[in-house]
Amino acid sequence: MLAALRHRYGILLVLAVIIAALPLVFPSSYYFRVASLVWVSAFAAIGLNILMGKAGQVSLGHAGFFGIGAYAVAIGPTHLGVPPLAAMLLGCALSALLAFLVGRPILRLKGHYLAIATLGFGVLVALVITTESRWTGGPDGMSVMKLTLFGWRASGSDTWYWITGGLLLAGTWIALNLDETPTGRAFRALHDSEIAARVTGINVNRFKLQAFVIAAVYASLAGSALALMNGFVNPDQAGFLHSIEMVTMVVLGGLGSVVGSIVGAAVLIMLPQLLTVFQEYENLMLGAIIIVSMIFMRDGIVPVLSKFMTGWRA
Amino acid sequence: MTILKVSDIGISFGGLKAIDGVGFSVEAGQIFSIIGPNGAGKTTLFNVISGIYEASQGRIELAGRDVTRLEPDALAARGLSRTFQNLQIFQRMTAVENVMVGRHLREKCNLFADLFRLPSVTHQNKETRAAALAFLDEVGLRDQADTPAGALSYGACKRLEIARALAAEPRVLLLDEPAAGCNSVETEEIDRLICRVAAKGIAVVLVEHDMKLVMKISNRILALERGRPLIEGSPGEVRANPAVLEAYLGKHGAREAARA
Ligand SMILES: Nc1ncnc2c1ncn2[C@@H]1O[C@H](COP(=O)(O)OP(=O)(O)O)[C@@H](O)[C@H]1O
Ligand SMILES: [Mg+2]
Repeated sequence: MLAALRHRYGILLVLAVIIAALPLVFPSSYYFRVASLVWVSAFAAIGLNILMGKAGQVSLGHAGFFGIGAYAVAIGPTHLGVPPLAAMLLGCALSALLAFLVGRPILRLKGHYLAIATLGFGVLVALVITTESRWTGGPDGMSVMKLTLFGWRASGSDTWYWITGGLLLAGTWIALNLDETPTGRAFRALHDSEIAARVTGINVNRFKLQAFVIAAVYASLAGSALALMNGFVNPDQAGFLHSIEMVTMVVLGGLGSVVGSIVGAAVLIMLPQLLTVFQEYENLMLGAIIIVSMIFMRDGIVPVLSKFMTGWRA
Repeated sequence: MTILKVSDIGISFGGLKAIDGVGFSVEAGQIFSIIGPNGAGKTTLFNVISGIYEASQGRIELAGRDVTRLEPDALAARGLSRTFQNLQIFQRMTAVENVMVGRHLREKCNLFADLFRLPSVTHQNKETRAAALAFLDEVGLRDQADTPAGALSYGACKRLEIARALAAEPRVLLLDEPAAGCNSVETEEIDRLICRVAAKGIAVVLVEHDMKLVMKISNRILALERGRPLIEGSPGEVRANPAVLEAYLGKHGAREAARA
């Protein structure tokens, strides 16, 4: 199985088998829900990892795009009469456009300055969502109409398990495709040496912007999927803490590793569920585990494990 | 035919003139060397020519066209390639991937084709890899194609940078101290490599401290001192001017050059 993870289709096959097999051992619908949450979060993390792990640019405001996607499927059908699926695509387009407009000036910044600028963007989106309560329901959030496709209503946690699982497979495929293409190489090149990338003819601003827009679209789609699945949205989904959670998934799983993003999301979604036995110490335990694993697995869970088991690249 | 023409270049940092009134021109297939003590401004001049720094005065022409204010990537597209004195390799990529990046401008790069990795992308990737392997072969690194660049020796990294620069199939190649830190065998190899490159019609601009190498392979030499041109001429002319040489190479360098 490990050898299979060396190839693009090997990884997809293993992931598909895991998605297909897990329901066989799920004792209740609660497990379907948690797993769906993992798939959606992993999808968003994979996109952010293209920006952070491949192109080496940080974003501390990515939940802003997640929120735009989520509120697009909430506001579109409720206030504007746009069908959910079209609202999802409109949310995507809006996220891509915003990423393009905001990214152009701020991606010229480096390191901490870029971090603060993206953070500002995220805070701004959350602020708009909270204050425009006539459209968004304000701090209380709002409910989302169910997704209907050709008369078929998508509801129930098992249905959403398959939808989000399929989405994750598609997102993984796209991210894996990027390696070994001129675009993917340009991302990695500008990450390692911006100056060398420039003199080799790479327009670094253009490629940073592409990575930013790709990551924004991923986050937006994930936000829409979660909103449709939950039937509800709230401003926290666009908030700073959620942005940090996304970054943590990427770094914990392994910068630049697609499989790592899935593992990082799984750990960060499931750990709190497991840690509920510690009751009021839950968050303390979660923080401690993250700190310890970053100390001992600086490169992230998957890259460190793959080095251990030599040979396969994730 | 003159490929690169640099005239009256000047640049200052905080009021201090790092380069002042430097000019030269290089023809296709020529090896043009720039020498001078540390801090003379050789690397700064390369940074100006390759568009990393913007000159405060002067003009740069590439193949007859004014390129003075162009960005590095635009200059690369017009046929300028370079290597760096302090290594700038893509550490987390393999040797062959480094050289494949060097082919960036020779590749079609379409985001949507790449996201879905269309058959044309896979096909092009095979071609790019084959071409990159040939360039690795050229610098003697074919065996280490799939080694992570971060794990290569210093000398190998120096040659990898040359392979990456050559992969763009440039008209002008700027080499900033390619033999620095290399042993005599490696220096020999780089010597032959530079001559082969020039023989292909590429104009080579070389910054190098190894006087033996410079005197042997250069068509012309420009000596800089504290950012100003001191003398330009053939190796014979420069060598025949020991007083000038001594001024910026020191007595030892002057003796070494005279022996060479
Ligand atoms: N970015 C910079 N900022 C300030 N000073 C610089 C910068 N780049 C180069 N210099 C100065 O320009 C002078 C020439 O340096 P350099 O071109 O590296 O010399 P060389 O390559 O001939 O050894 C030095 O005095 C150096 O300190
Ligand atoms: Mg120098």
